[in-house]
Amino acid sequence: MSTQLLTPPRPGKPHAKKVSKLNVYLGSLTVGFLVFALGLRGHATLPLDRSSLTSFQEWLNNVSAWIDTNRDSNPIFTTFVNVIRNFMDGFVTFLQNMISQTGDTRTIPQIGWFGIVAIIGFVVYAISNLKVAVFSMAGFITLGLFGLWQESMDTLALTLAAVTLSLIIGIPLGVCAGLYPRFEKMITPALDFAQVMPTFVYLTPVTLFFLIGPASATIVTLIYAVPPALRITSVAIKQVPWSSVEAAVSMGSTRWQALRKVQLPQAKRTIVVGVNQTIMAALSMVTIAALIDAPGLGQVVIRALESLDVGRAFQAGLAIVILAVVLDRSTTAAASKVDSGNTKAEVQRNHRMVLAGLAVLTFVACLVSRSINWAGAFPGSGSLGSNTAKYVDIYVNWFQMHFVTLTNDITDVVSYGLINPMQTLLTESPWFVTGLAFVGLGAIFGGKKLAAISAFCVLAIVGTGLWSDTMATLASTLVASVITVALGIVVGVWIGRSRRAERWIRPALDAGQVLPAFVYLVPFLGLFGATRFTAIMAAVVYAAPASIKLMADGIRGVPDSIIEAATAAGSSSRQMITKVQIPSARRALALATNQGIIYVLAMIVVGGLVGAGGLGYLVVAGFAQENLKGKGLAAGLAIVLLGIMLDRITQAIAHRNSKEYAATSH
Amino acid sequence: MFKNHRARRVTTFVLLAGAVTFASSAAGYAQVGFSKASTAKCGTVTLADNAWVGYEANLAVVQYVLKHNLGCKVVVKNISEEISWQGFASGQVDAILENWGHQDLAKKYITTQKVAVDLGLTGNKGIIGWYVVPWMAKKYPDILNYKNLNKYASMFKTSESGSKGAFLDGDPSYVTNDEAIIKNLKLNFKVIYTGSEAALITSFRNAEAQKKPMIGYFYEPQWFLAQVPLKHVTLPPYTTGCDAVAAKVACDYPPYPLNKVASAKFMKSGSPAAKMIKNFKWTNADQNSVAKSLAVDKLTDDAAAKIWVTAHPAQVKAWLA
Repeated sequence: MSTQLLTPPRPGKPHAKKVSKLNVYLGSLTVGFLVFALGLRGHATLPLDRSSLTSFQEWLNNVSAWIDTNRDSNPIFTTFVNVIRNFMDGFVTFLQNMISQTGDTRTIPQIGWFGIVAIIGFVVYAISNLKVAVFSMAGFITLGLFGLWQESMDTLALTLAAVTLSLIIGIPLGVCAGLYPRFEKMITPALDFAQVMPTFVYLTPVTLFFLIGPASATIVTLIYAVPPALRITSVAIKQVPWSSVEAAVSMGSTRWQALRKVQLPQAKRTIVVGVNQTIMAALSMVTIAALIDAPGLGQVVIRALESLDVGRAFQAGLAIVILAVVLDRSTTAAASKVDSGNTKAEVQRNHRMVLAGLAVLTFVACLVSRSINWAGAFPGSGSLGSNTAKYVDIYVNWFQMHFVTLTNDITDVVSYGLINPMQTLLTESPWFVTGLAFVGLGAIFGGKKLAAISAFCVLAIVGTGLWSDTMATLASTLVASVITVALGIVVGVWIGRSRRAERWIRPALDAGQVLPAFVYLVPFLGLFGATRFTAIMAAVVYAAPASIKLMADGIRGVPDSIIEAATAAGSSSRQMITKVQIPSARRALALATNQGIIYVLAMIVVGGLVGAGGLGYLVVAGFAQENLKGKGLAAGLAIVLLGIMLDRITQAIAHRNSKEYAATSH
Repeated sequence: MFKNHRARRVTTFVLLAGAVTFASSAAGYAQVGFSKASTAKCGTVTLADNAWVGYEANLAVVQYVLKHNLGCKVVVKNISEEISWQGFASGQVDAILENWGHQDLAKKYITTQKVAVDLGLTGNKGIIGWYVVPWMAKKYPDILNYKNLNKYASMFKTSESGSKGAFLDGDPSYVTNDEAIIKNLKLNFKVIYTGSEAALITSFRNAEAQKKPMIGYFYEPQWFLAQVPLKHVTLPPYTTGCDAVAAKVACDYPPYPLNKVASAKFMKSGSPAAKMIKNFKWTNADQNSVAKSLAVDKLTDDAAAKIWVTAHPAQVKAWLA
């Protein structure tokens, strides 16, 4: 397979000798693969018709049918499920009653919009600063001006419930994982599974058990939002130097005290980053959860999609982005506040007084919002929203009219020039040749253990019966990853070198990460047709921001001393970038590649909705058709296996690069 | 640390105090404005909402009549077709207002589990088949017969279809026989699975606008046909049993008389809503006019339903009889 994609760009002179050995291995692997792949073309490609099922897929069908018929007969099980369901339904309904839903006797929720805006301002001010508080209040008022107040509050209620539960589950488990490596090893596969397995696969089973409603929506969100909370907490705990724990224990603290007084406080800042990522993960589930009747903005998006109403979908998508940016900025500011140390006692006392005063004002605002009409239900007709929708429609149509020939040409060039050859190569070569290439890559970068993991993944994918579809998906995934990484390097270097550029581009990156793909699928379909390239573009929009952010971070992390030395030696800025900054940020580059691929994989199912076929389509079909359920589940498994394999290999490359760099720069 | 701790304590206290005051004031709190019709007789009806505009049109009108004429409280659940049927078993869905076939689900929930009942036809006739963009039908009139399709196959080639013509399929919820039909009629086409209705409609719309060739699976009634009147391609006519073996299908799709399905419990409840939904019946033209209000004029469900209901008092009266 195309190994050059996975290796970093040409290294600088100092590493030349060391890398050449690696290049020999990679070169022979590539040549060997190509020779056998082309020589044995068309043999052992393991294709499977759309409508046929392998015995493994039949078996999965039977398993789900068995669960379906037996779920009511096991009393322990039903009690357990019922308790969870009632608890979650109750929790979400309570929050909805507070901020979004009207009851039988009320025409506004317990707290009207005015009260909620006041609470947001107060809470954000308390955890971060005045600037972010004002920004957050403005953001919330915009939601109302969009005419989407109630939908936004429904989404907020569901997000709050899911995030609270995710943190209650994720943080303690994360602490455990940080303290006990063996526990972490045990749960890592489960976390991979939860993060990579497409939601569509378990949407129907979840509603079977937890019924249609808030409980199911919350559980679906939990599955996706717990892993980041857990993982980042674990990293946070591990970052605390062991010496400080030992010091505390030697002074007579128990292990528990050391955790509470030393490790947790020191890990706090990173844990807040985890909270932030959990919120983002929960918000990214808004649209999918709407497919099982989760209330809120997701419904508006799905509904708009029925009639291809791009403007309306965009309006709701923008509301989700606003919620995300408000929550992101306030938690990020809170994290940096945790970071900045103590201030003088007098300042603290003043601050307390201000907070108490504001608390009283907030409380009054809540009371006002319950008794005065204009403060209860958001006034106005949401004309800002409908105008936005109108202009988006006009702009999208104009763009499509003028650029469609160009975009069609781009689609054809990339499809015929890159996607088709890659897909032909991967789907036409025998499974064992491609499989061995993966094992070889594993062996080169990670030794025996990684070779074994790769072998397992390859055999398991063959076992799902979907080898050929997996290869088709892999081809598109690789193309999308190349574009993602290229953008990551170009834009990442640019904004890594210029703070001003970053300020302008960062909002676009945030939007790319949380704007539901459903919002831009229709315009993309208009420009690029129902093709694999459309799916690739959608994946790039979602994945490139992560790569860009990581790359920019890496560029900024290059030590000043190196930059100064290069400047003194008279480097031009081009030399500075290609010879100094990028080589020094190689670890960041490898990480950006790894995350880029993982994010691309997360969009495979969305690709299935716009003509990419492959595993993504099978997952969607399994969601829609009873007798394809087993096949959809198998496709989900194949995506997980492919994801784990690509993740481990690229991680090994990242690891190797950082070691190598450390070795050469000392 | 200390500062935050203290501040939080203040906050917690104020919030708690607030919650208590709220709880005590909530009881006496009621706002004026909305006056509700008597809901005692009808109670709550839960309707599934499947994601296509034709369904939405049925839902809009039924919901409007249930609310305004019978004073029911209507809960709408936005879910896919399969999950809607599943709702009969769990008691979470009372009725589906437009059902396209789904023999496997009907067998499972109506025949075997007996939790659902067929409520009869909606009056809408579903047609599933092969369609081409109108400009092609005009320019190449003989393309509307499947026998001539191979003549034009190379025009339909795209980056996705290799050496064959591309035939586009849409939302995978629909059971399609296209792969088998193409193979058994020896047509030089390849099925491209676009994966969603949105992708299929956008493709047809663009093809017509840019005068590009396109053929694919489509269905009526559908609001999009009012914008771009796709032309139906004739396949060998459907005869009973010609689609019995999936791999050997070489005939057109059967006509789909669309029906309503309801939960058995709901029908036994004696709710006037059950009777109304059972009586609900209208024509393709009726549904298309409401669908157009929704999809093209972008009206709300209520506004779109109101226009139709006001214009058809006799029909509504018959449903309520």
